[in-house]
Amino acid sequence: MKHRYLKNVSTLTLQAEKCIGCGLCAEVCPHNVFTLNERKARIADKDACMECGACALNCPSQALGVHAGVGCAAAIIQSWFTGKEPTCGCSDDGGGCC
Amino acid sequence: MKTNAQITAQRRLPAPPTVSTRLTLRDRLGAWRVRWGIGRMRYTVEPGLYAVGTPNDASPVLVSANYKLTFDSLRRELSGVDCWLLILDTKGINVWCAAGKGTFGTRELVARIEKTRLARYVSHKTLILPQLGASGVSAHEIKKQTGFTVTYGPVRAEDIKAFLAAGSKANPKMRAVRFNLWDRLVLTPMELVPTTKVSLMVFGALFLLNLFAKRPFGLYDFLAYAVAVLIGTVLAPLLLPILPGKSFAFKGWFIGALGTAGIAWACGWFAPPDLLLGIGYMLALPAHAAYLAMNFTGSSTYTSPSGVLKEMKIALPFILPALAAGIILILIKAFI
Ligand code: SF4
Ligand code: SF4
Repeated sequence: MKHRYLKNVSTLTLQAEKCIGCGLCAEVCPHNVFTLNERKARIADKDACMECGACALNCPSQALGVHAGVGCAAAIIQSWFTGKEPTCGCSDDGGGCC
Repeated sequence: MKTNAQITAQRRLPAPPTVSTRLTLRDRLGAWRVRWGIGRMRYTVEPGLYAVGTPNDASPVLVSANYKLTFDSLRRELSGVDCWLLILDTKGINVWCAAGKGTFGTRELVARIEKTRLARYVSHKTLILPQLGASGVSAHEIKKQTGFTVTYGPVRAEDIKAFLAAGSKANPKMRAVRFNLWDRLVLTPMELVPTTKVSLMVFGALFLLNLFAKRPFGLYDFLAYAVAVLIGTVLAPLLLPILPGKSFAFKGWFIGALGTAGIAWACGWFAPPDLLLGIGYMLALPAHAAYLAMNFTGSSTYTSPSGVLKEMKIALPFILPALAAGIILILIKAFI
């Protein structure tokens, strides 16, 4: 069964004019967000995006943008108190993250 | 013909340690302990270059993290394969989390390639990375800085042999992140165990209150609380796809409410003398389950940070007042 999460929240953007059609975004995306048509990437399923940032980091022409981060409630709450970017607790004393 | 200098240079190249593709009983026990959060969280192997089988200079190079569970699940899949393992120092964190943090990242990979003198062990220029490492590594940066080309392999170690056999080609199934019942089940202990600390504090507080209370807390109160915690940490993650709604908090609240209502009804807390208690528990316990279920977003493989933030902004204004109101009602009932 395919899991679906909230709609219309992902910060993923694609500047089509910069895309050189290398296909790496489609290769690295764990949720099959992209399709490649006539050597241009297209965002086919934006609501499946989990904002991991892999596509943007690996796009050789900086055509992709996404505000990547950890999707973890405990980490976000912690960041509200510390004022820092949320980070995954998995390294330290094993907050439930990951 | 090799020159003398080349031969001495090659001789001086240390042979990397060979790793076995079989797991021992100790490996398995260790894995179980880590899953349940017993002992140290950090369960690491030494970063560096390892040999599997008898690799030569044309053998593939697989890159992975120095979390021992990751390392073990990879080597277990490599029986009969000759290859190199380049283990990055991810501080004992799995590939996915480490990539998110940047420890499984471009800088560490570049440094590790240099430190292990990888280019002198292999004559080709290809690295195979787990696909989930892609959120930390920039393939074109690696190419620019080291000359090595990054190929992203399958998500799961169990597909690595098929991937290599297919000439380093991953099919869509190998690329898709899975999150089935079993994947979720193995994560639940790590949800449950951290709640014990809070639970012990709650029990401590109840014990003290019992010294003064007119209606002392008993076995059934304990049961209702324990069920709510189990629902939030274990049942909600397991039933995730079939629970109504999209937000984790709502899913948790929903079965939390069902479970609490069941217990309250069985204990007769919905009848007039105990009605206050029933309402109090119906407010507090499903809210608690909702909060615990929301925490599972951190373990899921498909929730985006923007989505979690949105969910929290909607859910917390319900969860916190409900918890507070519920606790007040329960205390009123206990003392009046
Ligand atoms: S951020 Fe991650 S999940 Fe979203 S489109 Fe890019 S690779 Fe896919
Ligand atoms: S990685 Fe960038 S350039 Fe390559 S197809 Fe995707 S968007 Fe286009």
